[in-house]
Amino acid sequence: MAITYTSGAQVEVYRFSIPATILIPLTAVFLQAWLPLRFHFFSFFDLPLLITIGFATARRSPLAGLSTGALIGILQDALTHHPIGLYGISKTVVGFGASSLGIKLDVENAGARFLLTFFFFVVHEVVYFMIARGLVGLRMAWSWPHEFLSGMANALLGVFIFLLLDHVKQRT
Amino acid sequence: MDVLGRYRNLIVLVGVLFAQVLGLAVQVRRTSDNEPTRLIRIWAVGAVTPLEKVLVWVQTSTGNVWHNYFYLRGVRAENRNLKQQIERMSLEQVRMSQDADQARRLQALLAFKEQFISQTMAAQVIGSSGSEQSRSVYIDKGENDGILPDMAVITADGIVGKVLHAYPSTSQVLLINDQSSGVGAILEKSRLQGILKGTSAGEVTLEKVMSDENVPAGELVLTSGGDGIFPKGLLVGRVTKVGSGSELFLNIRVRPAADLSRLEEVLVVTKIDERQALPEQTGAARAVDILAGRLPSVPSKPESAEKGDAAGVVAPTTTTAGSDAKLKAVSPPASASSGAPAVRKTAASSPGTGSANSSGTSTNAVKAPPKPVKAVVEPKPQPAVEDSPH
Repeated sequence: MAITYTSGAQVEVYRFSIPATILIPLTAVFLQAWLPLRFHFFSFFDLPLLITIGFATARRSPLAGLSTGALIGILQDALTHHPIGLYGISKTVVGFGASSLGIKLDVENAGARFLLTFFFFVVHEVVYFMIARGLVGLRMAWSWPHEFLSGMANALLGVFIFLLLDHVKQRT
Repeated sequence: MDVLGRYRNLIVLVGVLFAQVLGLAVQVRRTSDNEPTRLIRIWAVGAVTPLEKVLVWVQTSTGNVWHNYFYLRGVRAENRNLKQQIERMSLEQVRMSQDADQARRLQALLAFKEQFISQTMAAQVIGSSGSEQSRSVYIDKGENDGILPDMAVITADGIVGKVLHAYPSTSQVLLINDQSSGVGAILEKSRLQGILKGTSAGEVTLEKVMSDENVPAGELVLTSGGDGIFPKGLLVGRVTKVGSGSELFLNIRVRPAADLSRLEEVLVVTKIDERQALPEQTGAARAVDILAGRLPSVPSKPESAEKGDAAGVVAPTTTTAGSDAKLKAVSPPASASSGAPAVRKTAASSPGTGSANSSGTSTNAVKAPPKPVKAVVEPKPQPAVEDSPH
C-alpha cells in the first residue's frame, strides 16, 4: 500500500503506559550493548533508533518524539566513550521528524513503516556523521553501500519491532 | 504570542539541540585524562550492566552444565592428544629455558632492566558500547576489585586494549581497534617501531613506519613497551597487508591476534614490575661459559640410553641430532642417565623460566614473555617424542 496523505483528524494518536515508556527503551539499549558480543552481525542494527521511530510515529507528538529521542540517545551515548550528545542530537532530530511525519502520513502499514525507517536511519547516520566529524573531530569514513545495507536491515527489523509495539500501545 | 504558539515545537527542538551542542562543545573542550567520570555515565552503566552480569552468569552456568556433564564425547581422545602435546611442550620448554637463562645472564652483564607482569586479574566481558563508532567493552571487575584506568587488558592470544573508565563494579575497556586507541608496537624481525591505531572501520593499522622500509606480510607485531601501558614483547597481531600510505609512511594493516569481536574472558594486568637482572639471581657467568653451553656435547653413555628406552619415553636410537643436542645441553651429567623424566624435572625446576607459556592463563604471577605468546605456545615438531612409545 502506498503512503497516503491523511488529515490530522483521520490519524490515530496512541500512548504508552509508564512502564512501557521506561522499560522498552532501557531494554533496547541493553540489548544493543549485549547482543553484538554474542552475535557480531547485530552491530549493524540500531535498536534504540527503531524504538525512537516507533514511539514517535505512534504518539504523533513532536515534543514527545524529540524528548524521547533525546533521552534514548543520551542513554546510548553514556555507554560509549565519546562525548555525550552525539546520539542525543541525532535521535532528537529523528524523533522530531518521525513524529511530525507521522501526523501527516499513514504509517500503519508495513510498506510505509519500512520506507520511513530506512529514511530516518539515513537521516540519523548523516546527522551523526556531521556532528562527529564537524564538532567532535572523530575520524570517520562515509560508505554509501554500508549505510544502504544497514538501512535496509534496520528497516526490515523495524517492521517487526513496530508490530510488537502495536501490542503495547494504547489508543487515547 | 500567536507566533510562539505556532512554532512552539520548532522552538523546543532548536532549544534542545542547542543545549546538546553546547554540552558537546564543553565536553570536547574539557576532554582530558584526569577528568572525573560523568554522573550520567555512572547511572547508565549502573542501569545496564547488572542485567548483563545476570545474563552472562546464566549463560556461563548453562554452558558449564553442558560441558561438564553432557558433552563428554571425545574427551578420551582429546586427553590422549593433550598428553602428547604436553610431552612435546615439555621438551620445547627445556630448550626455551636454556635460551631464557642465557638471555638473563646476558641481561645481567649489560645491566638490563626487565618488565614482568607480576599480577593479573581474570575478568568476564559482559557487554559492549553498542556502537560501531565506539569499540569498547565492559568487564565485570571494577574499582572495588583493584582495577584502575590505563591498566592493560590481554588474552592468551594477544593484547586486547586498556581500561578506560573504572566504575565501582565494572570497567570500560577501550579496544585496540578503536580509532582513539594507540599502542606502541614493534615488528618482530625488522625491529621497526610504530604506533598501532584503530580505524573507523574497526581495522588495525601500524602507523609511522617509513615508506622506504621493507615490511613483509605475515610478520609478527609485538608491543614495544613505549606507551607505558603494555609491557614489551606481548603479541599484538600479524601484518596482513602493506601499502604506500600518506606522506612518508607505509600503510600497514595488522590482524589482531586476539579475536576482538568474540571476547569472553580477559586478563587485566594489575601489576607490572620492573627490575634489573642481577648476577646473583642467575649465577655469575663468563661469556665463554655461556658460549660453551651452546656447543655440542659428548654423546651420552649407552646405559642412559637403555634406561631411557626402558622408561619408554625417549629413545635415543630414534632421536635426531638436533633434539639430542638439546636434551644433553640441559641434562646435568648426574641426571643425564635417568632419561626424559630428568629432563622434565629440570624444566620444572628452572625458576622463572618457561613462564611465558603461562602468561595467557589465569595464573597470578606471570612474566612478560621474552617472545610473543603465540609463538611460544606453538610447539615445534619433536621427532624424538613422536617416535617414542607412550
